[in-house]
Amino acid sequence: MNPTGDDIVREFLIESYENLDQLDRDFVSLERDPSSKETLARVFRTVHTLKGTCGFLGFERLQALSHAGEGVLSRLRDGNLPLTPELATSLLRMADAVRAILGRIESGGKEGDERYTDIIAELNRVDSRASSKPAPAPAPAQPEADPDEAQAAQGDSVLGGNIRVDVRLLDRLVTLVSELVLARNQIVQHVAAKDETLLPASAQRLNLITSELQEEIMRTRMQPIGSLWKKLPRQVRDVASACGKSVRLEMDGAETELDRTVLEAIRDPLTHLVRNAIDHGIESPEIRTACGKRAEGRLLLRAYHEGGLVHMEISDDGSGLPIERIKRKALEKKLVTPDRAPSLTERDWANMIFTPGFSTAQSVTAISGRGVGMDVVKTHLERIGGTVEIQTRGTVGTTIFLRIPLTLAIVPALIITDDGERFAIPQAGLRELLRIDAPSVGTAIEWTGAAPVLRLRGRLLPLVFLRELLIGRRPFDAESLSSRPGALHIAVLDAEGRRFGLVVDEVNDAEEIVVKPLSGPLGNVGLLAGGTILGDGRVGLILDVAAIAGAAGLTAASVSADHAMTPGDRSDSDSGAEAMLVAEARPGWRVAFPLERISRLEHFELDRIEHSARRDVVQYEGGVIPVQRLAHLLDPHALEEPWRSRVPAVMLERGERRFALAVASLVDIVHERTDPQPVSGRPGIAAAAVIQGRVVDLVDLDAVITLATRDADGATEDPPAPDAGWEGAA
Amino acid sequence: MSERRMLCTFRIGRQWFGVDVASVQEVLKAQPLAQVRWAGPALRGLINLRGQIVTAIDLSSALGMPGGTDESAAAPAQVVVRAEGAGSPSLSLCVDEIGDVAEVDGSSFERTPATYVSAKPELIRGVYKLTDRLLLALDLSRVMHAVTSQGVTE
Repeated sequence: MNPTGDDIVREFLIESYENLDQLDRDFVSLERDPSSKETLARVFRTVHTLKGTCGFLGFERLQALSHAGEGVLSRLRDGNLPLTPELATSLLRMADAVRAILGRIESGGKEGDERYTDIIAELNRVDSRASSKPAPAPAPAQPEADPDEAQAAQGDSVLGGNIRVDVRLLDRLVTLVSELVLARNQIVQHVAAKDETLLPASAQRLNLITSELQEEIMRTRMQPIGSLWKKLPRQVRDVASACGKSVRLEMDGAETELDRTVLEAIRDPLTHLVRNAIDHGIESPEIRTACGKRAEGRLLLRAYHEGGLVHMEISDDGSGLPIERIKRKALEKKLVTPDRAPSLTERDWANMIFTPGFSTAQSVTAISGRGVGMDVVKTHLERIGGTVEIQTRGTVGTTIFLRIPLTLAIVPALIITDDGERFAIPQAGLRELLRIDAPSVGTAIEWTGAAPVLRLRGRLLPLVFLRELLIGRRPFDAESLSSRPGALHIAVLDAEGRRFGLVVDEVNDAEEIVVKPLSGPLGNVGLLAGGTILGDGRVGLILDVAAIAGAAGLTAASVSADHAMTPGDRSDSDSGAEAMLVAEARPGWRVAFPLERISRLEHFELDRIEHSARRDVVQYEGGVIPVQRLAHLLDPHALEEPWRSRVPAVMLERGERRFALAVASLVDIVHERTDPQPVSGRPGIAAAAVIQGRVVDLVDLDAVITLATRDADGATEDPPAPDAGWEGAA
Repeated sequence: MSERRMLCTFRIGRQWFGVDVASVQEVLKAQPLAQVRWAGPALRGLINLRGQIVTAIDLSSALGMPGGTDESAAAPAQVVVRAEGAGSPSLSLCVDEIGDVAEVDGSSFERTPATYVSAKPELIRGVYKLTDRLLLALDLSRVMHAVTSQGVTE
């Protein structure tokens, strides 16, 4: 072993990788502006340096390759040879080959056996013919020199552990540390001299220095997003030429800074989105010209800070998303139930492409369209607490919005206690908190076989016991659950669309936590995302929501199930009060339903409401059920108000029968303690109460269902004529 | 076999142990532990070592020795050790008492007696015979490996 030699090779690798990145960019910009002497000179210098160092280190193949490149480049620099796209491709292939060899040197210390004679021969041919005529078109890129692989390998190897810090920042850090040492010395002296009068001043100083140091240290982790973008010009060029398209890449806000780990995390999603935009978004030059667009497509990357997040936009001026095709596909794949489809906006449809297994590409190309991808992008971003959204502007183009947290090192989290130990749940996966008081635990939690579930706004929420996952033993079964003392706390979590309730002993507090890696024996406990130091100095473990969902055997829920309408969905741990749905029977007339009894909330488009035997009905989940206006049931003699275009309805069940009670609007779900005043003489109304400062009639559901049954069966007076009330009904 | 070594000594239960002083990072008084018993019997918990999270292990359980210390009691002291090789994580050993640094030489060393009862005898390199007591010499890297590979039991 020769450490000095290793160090030199290592230095060489780091430097060469960086130079190659620069080389890629320079080649691409040279193609655009072949006359730039400055760029040409820089390219030449880079390759020349590479050649020289290779010779010094004895990497003969690398040297031969760079020598061939250097020859051509010197002709270019001297103006003896024009830079044609073909020649640029050859030079880029040389850069790829260099990268491949560097990769082999890094992993094995050897250059490998590949001689790249074809590339060398080609470059030499161009060189020897010099200014005579442009080089023949070379063969398409060789698989052995896939730039992506080379770059991926490079991403997590030599460069992975290194970071470049501005020397001025480093100087500042050193200064701060020496200040810190001084402050410590002072404190030690004061303490030794028992001079307490000076201590507060020193403590204050220490405090200041520490905060400043903390801030500066965090800055060393920040990197401009441009360091991620700099690879893109080359990728855009390659993808565009592979698709036979011409694309101009513009970047705005490359100086926007992000934490290094976040940058790493968005590397793959970004590459994917850029490829997608070129492959699917931007049309071929012929189509573009026919549409009256510029033949050259435009891809714009923008980044900026806003609201403590980094926003990134990737816009293309291509053909936009094929909404109709997405609709068809979504219905075909049953991602959307037909009765829900009309209520979706264009934005909803557009964002459907983030659903797993969704690809609208008509043909699978080598670049994209294999049905994996957009969902992976979404998953990646959600994992780091970011979001992604797509907006399509007809045929003018598509914009993808990414919202990325500044850092992964500090995340907002909820601290919970289970079995005497505290855990942190990242807020990103947390939806709401529920608390079930001891007396109602036995009834609130129901069992499907051995699996406990909770009815949450009419839907079943699977419950997972944290302790069961950790020690393989469930703390309670159906019998012992109701007899346990104290309230039950449930954190409703969402892992990539899988919603479940995590049962814990206690919910403590929300805290911003610093994520620390777990090493050693706990590093391989899959359920943990890391550790943290809590406010009192003790260690808390961070739960990995997705891993917990996986360990609990939860499978991905379908989109339709997940979008079940729940207006006013809010977290509220205020217990004791019954959850109520407040709706308006008629504008201005508020009524409240006990939420537990409602099976679902729906919005019906007017054209879905059909007439059958002078009744209004809808097709619903394979059956036909009557739509009855709540206002009419409660007050049969009042005049009917015209409806708006979408009819909100409260779905009820009794036995086999189902009812849709149409209301004017859904207001909110409240958990207020009410003080009901009994009312009489009003069928269907049990009492009146003041909720959120408004008088609200509390619906007597059983009475209403009886009224609805009678109305539907025509047992009473004539049903209301299905008349002009349904404005615009088909 | 006559080279002299410095061993940091500590007591667990009635047994004294020794590890090379060079592998000891620091010795701490009783620390608040975040318990992780569910992750394995040998893991006593996690301690906050100036912002670094260090796993505290129950050595008697890791060594497969019968008896062992009282699980629920906070260990009176922690010996934070690091195995050879940079970058390897630190571990903290929960111990009942810290002893002196003992200077030993090869002449007082003997292999572990065959009657030594343990599920994992390979974690002990041997015995040093001091004048007043016997010192079990730990093989730290094996201890670390044993604890790290143990993982979650469920």
